[in-house]
Amino acid sequence: MSLLDKHKKLERNSLLLLGMTVVVILIGGIVEIVPLFRMETIIEPVEGMRPYTPLELAGQNIYMRENCSVCHSQQIRPLRDEVVRYGHYSLAAESMYDHPFLWGSKRTGPDLARLGGKYSDAWHVAHMIEPRDLVPESVMPSYSFLMRNGAKLHNIDKHLKALRVVGVPYSDDMIANARIDANIQAIGDDVADTDGLAKRYGDKVNARDFDGQPNLVSEMDALIAYLQALGTFVDFESVKDVEGGAQ
Amino acid sequence: MTNDNNENKDSKSNKDIDEFTGIETTGHDWDGIKELNNPAPRWWLWVFYVCVIWSVWYWVIYPAWPILSGNTKGTSGYTQFKELAASQSEIVARQQVYLDRFENGSLNEIMNDPELYAFAMAGGKSMFKDNCATCHGTGASGSEGYPNLNDDDWLWGGRISDIQQTISYGIRADNDDTRISQMPAFGKEGYLKSEEIEAVVDYVLSLSGSDITSTNEHGKTIFAQQCSACHGENAKGLQEFGAPNLTDKIWLYGGDREDIFNTVYNSRAGMMPAWKDRLDENTIKQLSIYLHQLGGGE
Repeated sequence: MSLLDKHKKLERNSLLLLGMTVVVILIGGIVEIVPLFRMETIIEPVEGMRPYTPLELAGQNIYMRENCSVCHSQQIRPLRDEVVRYGHYSLAAESMYDHPFLWGSKRTGPDLARLGGKYSDAWHVAHMIEPRDLVPESVMPSYSFLMRNGAKLHNIDKHLKALRVVGVPYSDDMIANARIDANIQAIGDDVADTDGLAKRYGDKVNARDFDGQPNLVSEMDALIAYLQALGTFVDFESVKDVEGGAQ
Repeated sequence: MTNDNNENKDSKSNKDIDEFTGIETTGHDWDGIKELNNPAPRWWLWVFYVCVIWSVWYWVIYPAWPILSGNTKGTSGYTQFKELAASQSEIVARQQVYLDRFENGSLNEIMNDPELYAFAMAGGKSMFKDNCATCHGTGASGSEGYPNLNDDDWLWGGRISDIQQTISYGIRADNDDTRISQMPAFGKEGYLKSEEIEAVVDYVLSLSGSDITSTNEHGKTIFAQQCSACHGENAKGLQEFGAPNLTDKIWLYGGDREDIFNTVYNSRAGMMPAWKDRLDENTIKQLSIYLHQLGGGE
């Protein structure tokens, strides 16, 4: 009973109660947060992850602006049916450069975590313009205006800079060349010299005229560059030793 | 109730007993209103205790607590990945009856074995909906730029092995073994003048028995010079180049005069992704057999 009597002191002294409440919340917070400071215990060591290219990042910004994650998730759960349908389950490493993450929580449309390379650019363009032309039962809105809007690239280097602050490993070189890289990627390796882009982001980067409008780097270019990159980074040969093994 | 408790306060235990119900109160007094201190229902308490015991068991058995080196693993070694692997191997075990024979059997053997054929068709049907229907349509009827797979008009060949090759490596896809061909953009790149294109379009239209039946020697000559190398002397197409048959009234990019003009002027280059890295070999085999059956395969 003596302990309960001591609790009465707390209940009758508001400042003391406030102080002890803070202590209790801090303990809870430390237990939950401290392990997260050691990211290496949470994120699997995988090969192939890279930050998004500036054009892909501009596309991700459009993805966020249009709130695609309201209807599309980007997270394949380790369940049999999802793995059969969408491919290897998502790894923590695959969204470590997403700020904010775009896992989503609802699937009106399909999951997009491994969309990259699944369909052609022309399909994406036609589908964005009028989804029902290709999938008659679709309820997705038309995004035809993306064809007309130029992609916002004038300050894309600042986006890279901001992401570097929260831990995305963009180098000075990447930031300095961000606007050039963005344009070069949308012009494509048929016409432009993509060596610098490939040097900074790897050979696997898709550099081509995504939307079929050679005279405009449109929002469609940026969005499709992003979609065609989704889920294609990780080399799954290197994941075999990760917890539970590959699928 | 009040007979033996006229005194509200039991002086010995310092308890405050409510005079109407005879139940102890919490002792808090709000302007004369007091709160009965009834014990929690027995069943509720038991559920609570069981939950407490269950949670301790859970902490021991399953991954539960965050610690500096990650988290406690639990004695059962449970992970979702292992659960997935177990449920996948369960399915594989169930399919094993067919899988060995299916994997090693030649296409001929599979087609002649009703069991394996049914296995291929079931798998192909469901994988088609997941992966192919997005472009080729739910009923495989195609749309502009995406071939109808129900007809017996095959761009790159309609034998099962051809279909298998197309699915595995794609068409103009990002793969070294992909099927590839490129029709020149006759107008855009200046190989033909607009009048010449119009003449050849008329000729092509007349081939498939459209109402334009007048003999068009000019168009015919241009066709023989520029088009017949891939589409064939008789315009029946050549599957090794993916060059379509122009006489069958089946048009991938539209059969109007204007559509065909655009095709000749700008060229077309449809792209189909390579599925080799996305789908396993058995799935591609199932799909090939399914499509072969669907489209009057060769």
